[in-house]
Amino acid sequence: MEMTGAEIICESLLREGVDTIFGLPGGAVLPFYGALSGYPKLRHILVRHEQAAAMAADGYARATGKVGVCSATSGPGATNLVTGLMAAQMDSIPIVCITGQVPRAAIGRDAFQETDITGITLPVTKHNYLVMDVRDIAPAIKEAFYIARTGRPGPVLIDVPKDVLAGEKIEFQWPDEVDLPGYVPPGDPDPRQVRTAADLINRAERPVILAGHGVLISRAWDELRDLAEKAQIPVITTLLGIGAMSTEHVLNLGMPGMHGMAYASLAIDRSDLVICLGARFDDRVTGRLSDFAPGAKIVHVDVDPTEFNKNVVADAPVLGDLKASLRALIPMVESNVHLDWIKETDTLRAEHPSLFIRKSPELLPQQVMKQISDETNGEAIIVTGVGQHQMWAAQHYGYKEPNSLITSGGSGAMGYEVPAALGAKVGRPEKTVWSIAGDGGFQMTLCDLATAVENKIDVKYAILNNGSLGMVRQWQDFFYDKDFFATIYSGNPDFVKLAEAYGIRGIRVTREEEVAGAIQEAMETPGPVVVDFVVKEDEFVYPMIPAGESVHEMLEEPEAEGVGFERI
Amino acid sequence: MSASNAEQHTIIALVQDRPGVLTRVAGLFRRRGFNIASLAVGASERKGLSRLTFVVTGDQYTVEQATRHLEKLIDVVKVSNISEEDVVARELALIKVRATPSNRSEILEMVNLFRAKVVDVGARSLVVETTGEEDKVDALYDLLQPFGILELMRTGRVAMVRGKSGGRVSDDVGADAVIMGRNGFSAERAVGSAPGHYEGV
Repeated sequence: MEMTGAEIICESLLREGVDTIFGLPGGAVLPFYGALSGYPKLRHILVRHEQAAAMAADGYARATGKVGVCSATSGPGATNLVTGLMAAQMDSIPIVCITGQVPRAAIGRDAFQETDITGITLPVTKHNYLVMDVRDIAPAIKEAFYIARTGRPGPVLIDVPKDVLAGEKIEFQWPDEVDLPGYVPPGDPDPRQVRTAADLINRAERPVILAGHGVLISRAWDELRDLAEKAQIPVITTLLGIGAMSTEHVLNLGMPGMHGMAYASLAIDRSDLVICLGARFDDRVTGRLSDFAPGAKIVHVDVDPTEFNKNVVADAPVLGDLKASLRALIPMVESNVHLDWIKETDTLRAEHPSLFIRKSPELLPQQVMKQISDETNGEAIIVTGVGQHQMWAAQHYGYKEPNSLITSGGSGAMGYEVPAALGAKVGRPEKTVWSIAGDGGFQMTLCDLATAVENKIDVKYAILNNGSLGMVRQWQDFFYDKDFFATIYSGNPDFVKLAEAYGIRGIRVTREEEVAGAIQEAMETPGPVVVDFVVKEDEFVYPMIPAGESVHEMLEEPEAEGVGFERI
Repeated sequence: MSASNAEQHTIIALVQDRPGVLTRVAGLFRRRGFNIASLAVGASERKGLSRLTFVVTGDQYTVEQATRHLEKLIDVVKVSNISEEDVVARELALIKVRATPSNRSEILEMVNLFRAKVVDVGARSLVVETTGEEDKVDALYDLLQPFGILELMRTGRVAMVRGKSGGRVSDDVGADAVIMGRNGFSAERAVGSAPGHYEGV
């Protein structure tokens, strides 16, 4: 049967196993929507802003491990995707975006809602396509999904002019394979590289594993645990690596870096070997590069060769899929106990408690996160934006499962949490999903509460409301003479009334005693709920290693001294 | 990343002949604030693939990073940094020089000396074509300058690694110079200088 370009897109999406598309239509993309309405297997979730479409697709991808899909129209619709694309690109998230473009003959004439979206998105996509012929649509979609999900995953955008969507009809042909001579994602590692890495591990006396997002992407959490247990190596998880090992595991030291556990950062500092698994030595992890792990050799396993030597020179780079690499590595690693070293890390934990929450007459945001952790038994999916709330969510929630923290890491995009939580819940409906926001980020994307309501997406929205841009305020307090310029939100709406305006339950919490009850009530109430936790205005995130400094310049919670050994 | 460490690098890339591929390649250098000194593109021996030769000036670390990112581009099939290789490098230049009946023979003498040729004769000008390494083009240009250069067009460097002497013919560009194999990384300790300190962000 002959099909239009729009129908070919729908057929192709079905072949790729797509079940959900987040999007918002407009003129140029309308032919696609015309076809989509005839494909009930492709659930379309109408968002209120295209940024939410990209971020919901991203949240869906992180929660499920599948490729997320979003769509938008030309011009402003497409440019509104850009922040979401950047978030996906920075954190290696597979999403495919389909955008409508003005008809071919109008391209380059400044037509209504025309923009060069393939040009604009060049640096924030893994690849993109402008499809100028209906015959190229199916191959482009097949390639896009393949590129998005393989190797180091990332976003791919496909821009299709309106007359390619709705013009010539052709016979639908799904290609058997992709033809990409310039793209061969690494698979099994070179045995010599693995041997070199194993030798370094076997010789190390004070090794640490730095587990990054790559562990989750390649679903290598069992192999990570096996390696750590076999040689008794403490595991430190980057922000995006959280969940790669349960926080309950005795070898898990938690997150390092700017707001990481002091003992995790100190363990890296004292180590003689850092085994970096699918992480990229982000500046938030390393601090000042010249002082990072000064006594350590570096094993670096990654699927992306451009990561080697980017920030830290690798003594033993291993290029390959992480799961395959660990499977090759583990048999070559000798069993070990590293008794002195493990004892030393225990001492660091006892001397540098980093999760201590002091008593306060005002509600503390850390208490809220701790309570959400307890009430959900560490089994919910937590979705955050960027800032103080993100760091408290990373610190005070006891993550037990892979892919249970979904956070805007590399991009640090405020407002990510509201739409990404929608995508996570749609992808994993059986899970409890909590979006954790500050009042700043929440107001960037709160329009998509309507999307939750309309599509009955049961996300629980917590706002850690301190009436300010908390992290920026903290920097002003520490580094800018307490000049709180442009960080105080004095005109916030009443978030409870706002929730009610959307027809959903809103709860306000101002005291510690109310926290647990409010969380329970939110979870017992069917459908989306907004809980406005009015927290202490000027609370700081500790520990803190100031930007560009080292672990030796770390600031710790002043009252935490003498608290003793802690585990989340 | 100080400019004082800047060196000239000649990079060859085999790319898929698709719209936008030049933008993608150029974007990797633009993003790092690098200028592309010259860029030559044309068909390769393989259908659907073009070969690019470009010359960039930059420090070793950043050029190496950008080159590896080039290799990562979906449309780029292969990248070689041939700066350290024994290469044949050529450039073609067209030089339109002011010429009068009285000095025309003087110009022709120089053109012959450089084994260049005159490809157009006008009433008041000559167009000279020359091919060679850049310094040859530079030298001819300098000698012709006193007559008055009206227009200069240079193609930029095209380069190819020499075939091995006495052995097999090198059938693949920079076969021995490929710093990134298909899987992108050598088994040896990662090459290149350690990145320098930068201010915190």
